[in-house]
Amino acid sequence: MGKIFRFDDDVNTDEIIPGRYNVTTDPKALAEHCFFEVRPDFSKTVKTGDFIVAGENFGCGSSREHAPIAIKASGVKAVIAKSFARIFYRNCINIGLPIMISDELYDLVQDEEEIEVNLKEGRIKILKTGKEVRSQGFPEFILKIIDAGGIVNFLKNHDIGELEDGI
Amino acid sequence: MGTVAEEIFSKKLSRNVSAGEIVLVDIDVTMSHDNTTPLAIKALRNTGKPLYDKNRIVVIFDHVQPPASVESATLQKEVLEFIKKEGIKNFFREGICHQVLVEKGFVIPGRVIIGGDSHTCTYGALGAFGTGVGSTDIGVSYATGKNWFRVPETFYFDVKGSFAKGVYPKDLILKIIGKVGARGATYKACEFGGETIENMALGDRLTLTNMAIEMGGKTGLIKTDKVTENFLKSRGYPYTEIVPKDPDYEKVFEFDVDDLTPQLAVSPRVDNVYPVEKYAGTEVDEVFIGTCTNGRIEDLEIAARMFKGKKLSPLLKTIIVPASNEVYFEAMNRGYIKIFMDAGAMVCNPGCGPCIGRHQGVIAPGDRALTTMNRNFIGRMGSDKGEIIIASPATAAATALTGKITDPREVM
Repeated sequence: MGKIFRFDDDVNTDEIIPGRYNVTTDPKALAEHCFFEVRPDFSKTVKTGDFIVAGENFGCGSSREHAPIAIKASGVKAVIAKSFARIFYRNCINIGLPIMISDELYDLVQDEEEIEVNLKEGRIKILKTGKEVRSQGFPEFILKIIDAGGIVNFLKNHDIGELEDGI
Repeated sequence: MGTVAEEIFSKKLSRNVSAGEIVLVDIDVTMSHDNTTPLAIKALRNTGKPLYDKNRIVVIFDHVQPPASVESATLQKEVLEFIKKEGIKNFFREGICHQVLVEKGFVIPGRVIIGGDSHTCTYGALGAFGTGVGSTDIGVSYATGKNWFRVPETFYFDVKGSFAKGVYPKDLILKIIGKVGARGATYKACEFGGETIENMALGDRLTLTNMAIEMGGKTGLIKTDKVTENFLKSRGYPYTEIVPKDPDYEKVFEFDVDDLTPQLAVSPRVDNVYPVEKYAGTEVDEVFIGTCTNGRIEDLEIAARMFKGKKLSPLLKTIIVPASNEVYFEAMNRGYIKIFMDAGAMVCNPGCGPCIGRHQGVIAPGDRALTTMNRNFIGRMGSDKGEIIIASPATAAATALTGKITDPREVM
């Protein structure tokens, strides 16, 4: 169970972490400046297990991986959006930040509402109403990366060619 | 058989590949810069694998160059140690990654190139498949020489007509993005063609493909032709033909530039596109001409012609950053740098300049900057209380001359 931080469409990586704070690779330091300008209270109020819910095209803009790293290090359990920008989508899969695609959820919840999420089964339960929505599934080879906890962990134990078995 | 994107992947894998397929391919060039390389090194180290092929790696220092803070200097020092230890030869600090890669012959038609920078989509102007990825993907290629892609569907932009005086390819790409929207081409390859593109110089083609990402595109592409061939052969680089064959485009957009007027995109979205005249007369505090979108010699030429013999107000920050040393040298040889400095503009060393918001022209709260950049997101150039407007080099130069947003046709 966690609280929702709700964002609109087209949240860009400059909003997630402005360029001038990308001066470190330390996840904790990046988390301190996560949404620093668009939602200054974020880093102070976010708790481990909370969620980000957003509209279309979440994470557009720069390729900076500092953005998903900052979100992950903030303790966010998953980002659930109507759609993701493609580099951000890859980055999340690669670093093991869970993402879920749901057309419905965004319009059913408000900021600070609580939800319960079953990542494995792709189920999201809205506590206030008891309504449950399902997220879209992933292709099999992406599931392999997700199950390993990211591509770096996958490569520790596998050859990259093994991804092809799921393609 | 297929679109330019499908042709590239088909040649690469020696079989027919269609949009929607997921493929694992050898990466010809893996590029990253001072901002994205530190995390890529971390990812490589964490895989526990050695560097797969140092000769297919290019590292460029361009984002904050020379370093403007202890933090950037420290991160860059780590990268330098990696470069020395691994013996990476392709390391440059002489301009913006995307410009330097093209100039140095890393971008060859048919190649698959990934870059730890979203504007890697630029390389498609030469018929290469370039796409931006995050640092971990760079680390994956460091460790394995490969990466996976979903072969994208293609949106085709069919452009006809000739640009009127004062109207440029930047105005065209802004117009396109305004129409398609910031996420209108998400995951798609954006292929540009038609008579206007066929008549366009390579530098101007790079302006178009550079901004494919601003509508969500995976890459921007232009089929190869005489222009591509002449550019590559004149520099002694190999040329291969990459052209679409019976392509099946997901969508076709038609544009006619005959009636196109100068355009701008106002803060904070690249698809907030309007004719310049709508904002004419609005005061600005900074004008910046440069970046991987518009820091090439063609762009500086426009500004030099307009600044010649003129004086700019010192109350305005006018900043010019050539995209690379090659561009800088050429601008010096042609007398442009003297024109800029005589006019009172500040000319900075080649690199990304203030587009990263960390040096060379950071904006203050309340500042309004008119720039030739590709993004106008809140906080990108410094203060989140500032405003960024993007336009062509001609509109930027006209605005620098008056201190107010000015339609270049009025001062040319």
